[in-house]
Amino acid sequence: MTLWDRLLELDRRWIFLGIALAVAIPIITGYALPQGRPAPPTVRLFQFVEDLEPGDVVMVAFDYSPSSMPELHPQAYAVVRHLLQREIRVLSVSLNPQGTALGREVLAELAHELDAEDGVDFVHLGFMPGGSQVILGMGESITRVYPNTPDGRRTADLPVMEGVRNYDDIALLVDFAAGNLPFSWIAFAGERYNQEIAAGITAVMATDLYPYLQSGQLIGLINGLKGAAEYELLLDLDPVEAPGMLGMSAQAIAHLLIIVLVIVGNIAYFASGRHRRR
Amino acid sequence: MPEVLPATEIFGVSVEIIGVWLAAFLTLAIFSFLYQDNPVYKLAEHIFVGISAGYGVVITWHEAVIPLLINPLFRPEQAGLEAPNYVVLVPGVLGLLMFSRFVPRYDWLSRWPIAFVMGLYSGLTIPSSVQGFLLPQLHATLLPIWPGVEINAWTAVSNFLLVTGVVCTLAYFYFSREHRGALGAVSTVGIFFLMVAFGAGFGNTVMARVSLLIGRVQFLYHDWWFPHVLEPLMQLLGG
Repeated sequence: MTLWDRLLELDRRWIFLGIALAVAIPIITGYALPQGRPAPPTVRLFQFVEDLEPGDVVMVAFDYSPSSMPELHPQAYAVVRHLLQREIRVLSVSLNPQGTALGREVLAELAHELDAEDGVDFVHLGFMPGGSQVILGMGESITRVYPNTPDGRRTADLPVMEGVRNYDDIALLVDFAAGNLPFSWIAFAGERYNQEIAAGITAVMATDLYPYLQSGQLIGLINGLKGAAEYELLLDLDPVEAPGMLGMSAQAIAHLLIIVLVIVGNIAYFASGRHRRR
Repeated sequence: MPEVLPATEIFGVSVEIIGVWLAAFLTLAIFSFLYQDNPVYKLAEHIFVGISAGYGVVITWHEAVIPLLINPLFRPEQAGLEAPNYVVLVPGVLGLLMFSRFVPRYDWLSRWPIAFVMGLYSGLTIPSSVQGFLLPQLHATLLPIWPGVEINAWTAVSNFLLVTGVVCTLAYFYFSREHRGALGAVSTVGIFFLMVAFGAGFGNTVMARVSLLIGRVQFLYHDWWFPHVLEPLMQLLGG
């Protein structure tokens, strides 16, 4: 058996170990690679938020579950931090039952840090089943879809809801999602009610959603952990305390290893003559 | 009624610490599958599925059924109503009919809510697919491809690539004629565009999966190993 054949027969568990080490070593040692320039779709969302006036209202949808947290939680922290820092009112909703606790966590932690008041500067309206019907319903009346907050307060009585009836009063909707819900927001809130929409998504979904940037149906897009790191960079956060930027060095080294493995695997495939045996 | 506070300690140990150890154990249990399938992995997998389902039921009950069905019927003042709203009985009864699946003799009743949901979704989805996806995407493809006053040379090249990609890819999916001659050449170019799209998709998928691993490794090291294992161990050894 030649060296190339041995490489092609390599137990895949060695590759798992290699990837695990490539990820773990930068995290344990705190090794940090320099960040690249933020991608235009991330910059466009950042700039849109920068151009909003204090007191404007942004709706944030937490449509993801803990399985997507490593990618979407840093994005949500970065964007909500930006909104609260700029004194923009935040209404958060969740069309995923597991997303409501995550949204509550993001808002509670940032409110504590930035001294924002629940019910005045932001409110978490919680989970509502129904997907597209919920999105359509809020086009008519948000308080009719969410009469109460999850802790029992009447939504219409909250100061944060002053002057907010439906999408006409929402400057931007940001959907953090790990499924098909951005498409529902685009079709029902965007196309039917002309709501400006941006999305924070897992990297798996990125190629599906890029066409909507090009068509103008999305004003901005944050792509995975990389997008979170880019937004944190735009916010000028300390890299040691920004989860997105902290993870990107491990990401880059793991990618480098995968590229090497793909190249070596292809060389081994052709050098061993297997392509002739097919 | 006295407020019931959640427990903060179990057998003298903080629930947060128990949570971190439990999460670390379950993460390692799931990772153990990378070596080979084993009962610990199966245990973690079943716990995950069960808790996800249970959590979904509890959240739906508290954040949807109570405010949208129970309160309007039995506690109208909490729903901001002066009198009970009996209209909510219609969706309530339709929802309850789904449970007829458990009684074989009456399981046909569950077809009504299913028919309602299917009809509603079809009505919502068909026009929205055309208005929300097809027409805007079609419109976004009708681009100038010649540089001039409106667009510079670089934008023209980008637009040309986009339009060529759409036309060639659509040609590849045209199966009513054999792919030979001009159609064969165009559809071959379409395959190249598809390959580029698959490559971009694969690259993003790799990035997503590595991100998930990074999240778990960050948790294992920063939230569990360092504060709960390494630091106490170092303190113990240091005196």
